[in-house]
Amino acid sequence: MKIVVCAKFVPDATADRRFRSEDNTVDRAGVDGLLSELDEYAVEAALTVKENGDAEVTVLTVGPEQAADAVKKGLQMGADAGVHVIDDAIHGSDAVATSLILAKALSKLEADLVVFGMGSTDGGMGVVPAMVAERLGLPAVTLGSEVTVDGTTVKIRRDGDLASDTVEGTLPLVLSVSDQANEPRYPSFKGIMAAKKKPVETWSLADLELSGDQVGQAAAWTEVVEVTARPPRTAGTIVADEDGSGAAQLVEFLSTNKFL
Amino acid sequence: MTVSLDLVDVDSLLTEEEVAIRATTRRFADERLRPSLPEWFEAASIPARELAKELGSLGLLGMHLTGYGCAGLGPVAYGLACLEIEAADSGMRSLVSVQGSLAMYAIWKYGNEEQKTEWLPRMAAGEAIGCFGLTEPDFGSNPGGMRTSARRDGDDWILNGSKMWITNGSIADVAVVWARTDDGVRGFVVPTSAPGFSAPEITRKLSLRASVTSELILTDVRLPASAMLPEARGLSGPLGCLNEARFGIIFGAMGAARDCLETAVSYAGERQVFDKPLSAYQLTQAKLADMAVELNKGILLAVHLGRLKEKGALRPEQVSVGKLNNVREAIAIARECRTILAANGISGEYPVLRHANNLESVLTYEGTSEVHQLVIGQALTGQAAFR
Repeated sequence: MKIVVCAKFVPDATADRRFRSEDNTVDRAGVDGLLSELDEYAVEAALTVKENGDAEVTVLTVGPEQAADAVKKGLQMGADAGVHVIDDAIHGSDAVATSLILAKALSKLEADLVVFGMGSTDGGMGVVPAMVAERLGLPAVTLGSEVTVDGTTVKIRRDGDLASDTVEGTLPLVLSVSDQANEPRYPSFKGIMAAKKKPVETWSLADLELSGDQVGQAAAWTEVVEVTARPPRTAGTIVADEDGSGAAQLVEFLSTNKFL
Repeated sequence: MTVSLDLVDVDSLLTEEEVAIRATTRRFADERLRPSLPEWFEAASIPARELAKELGSLGLLGMHLTGYGCAGLGPVAYGLACLEIEAADSGMRSLVSVQGSLAMYAIWKYGNEEQKTEWLPRMAAGEAIGCFGLTEPDFGSNPGGMRTSARRDGDDWILNGSKMWITNGSIADVAVVWARTDDGVRGFVVPTSAPGFSAPEITRKLSLRASVTSELILTDVRLPASAMLPEARGLSGPLGCLNEARFGIIFGAMGAARDCLETAVSYAGERQVFDKPLSAYQLTQAKLADMAVELNKGILLAVHLGRLKEKGALRPEQVSVGKLNNVREAIAIARECRTILAANGISGEYPVLRHANNLESVLTYEGTSEVHQLVIGQALTGQAAFR
């Protein structure tokens, strides 16, 4: 089985993240990046399938030069190969264009099982898995909190507010996993040492038979028109319990603000 | 507040792979070790079996050895991993050092193929724990005086004697024991299940409480001829192992120091004294600056010695320079940080006094500071002044 994990390189959430003033896209310069933490669950899910059967795991990323680090992290965790789609024209692509690039790359890779995380930790819309499935004409089982692969059947448990659904599909399909699906492994020392010997291919848009005008900011269906920094935190409300009415005041505060 | 204590861009001296090894070890230490350490230290008890398996699956055990399931790291990556583990606790690093750099290294370097295949893969995985018996109750800096003996009985060997201050002793499956024979000092691979072998734990320690320390008692322990390490003859065998472990300590001690300094910087920023943070006072800043300078110098020295080791050019007196300086400065930093935390500094809620107490042991084991001064003294003068 050929498993492909779609992994995103995102700015480190612990660093000071900004948008570029000229085009309102995420500023990747000068900020350390890494494999989106939510995608680590996808890598782990793929590696678990591999350990229970015969499979090869490829990590696929679309992004600028530094995005190679996301592929490398996947390889260090235990994936077998990597593909990095890189092209200057991709900058500013929205979810629709990203799904086009990924779908082309996944076709070329002849993936049986495509695994995504539940969203990205930077500009997360959480729609790319469904878009990719639509483009490829494949079933999508998304937001799995528990994943079982048995032969060609993929079964997930999807936890909702009121109920848990069990959803099943047949390979080839697109799967996305939540951050409850597993506990991503640490890259082991052997994994780190082995990663540098694993094959990583670099593809351009031309390799995917795409042209620059199909992707990027100009082709985007949506546009970020304005970015406003979050206002600084206000002082908050301090409930002082001076006469024994503290609990009542707290309940009043919580219910007024609809926290209860 | 997180501040980088790396004032001199040490990262620019590291390869991508070394940075990755450091990152994975730091995350492991933060998530799996640090939260439990205050409790383990206080109780003087660690879940050693479980820990060994976790350390093994990450690749920390015998990480700098090649083959037999070992990761095959270069010296700097190995040192950085020791640094991150010791930033959690010197006792944890001791477990790792003794397993990998003493017990496994002895078998890897001086053992025959059967000994290697029998022990190394299981030890690398953390399924078997090893210890290293050289020091005796009356012979620490003078291992050549050891009384533990091995005599021939037919093809077999009979071992008698005792070893002291042996890390991992009571939890070990295998002990590498050095003993005097008619043919000089030789090493033996002793399964701890052998009749006549016992390893009572040393209690009431005020240092390295999150580490198992034991006495080894050997009473007519009978071993087959195949138990001897064929390639080690004389004291150069065990001393070669110690040089490996000492190298890890050069980095490791800086980990303990970094953890203390990070704690002190953060504490001083939050602690209000009179009407401003403690960190805004000049005396505090002078202390922080001096400590940060020593920390950065120590790490630079460690990386430099690592690069020499990579080239096979690291001499024993250079290891002594590193061990003497970095442990001495680490303990000074830990004590100074304790003064910044004032009364809170003695609390187990903060790691500072735990590190300082641990470093008292690190100052003494793997060659005391005094012995390292004498090694350096000999290199400078050509005169041996050990006795």
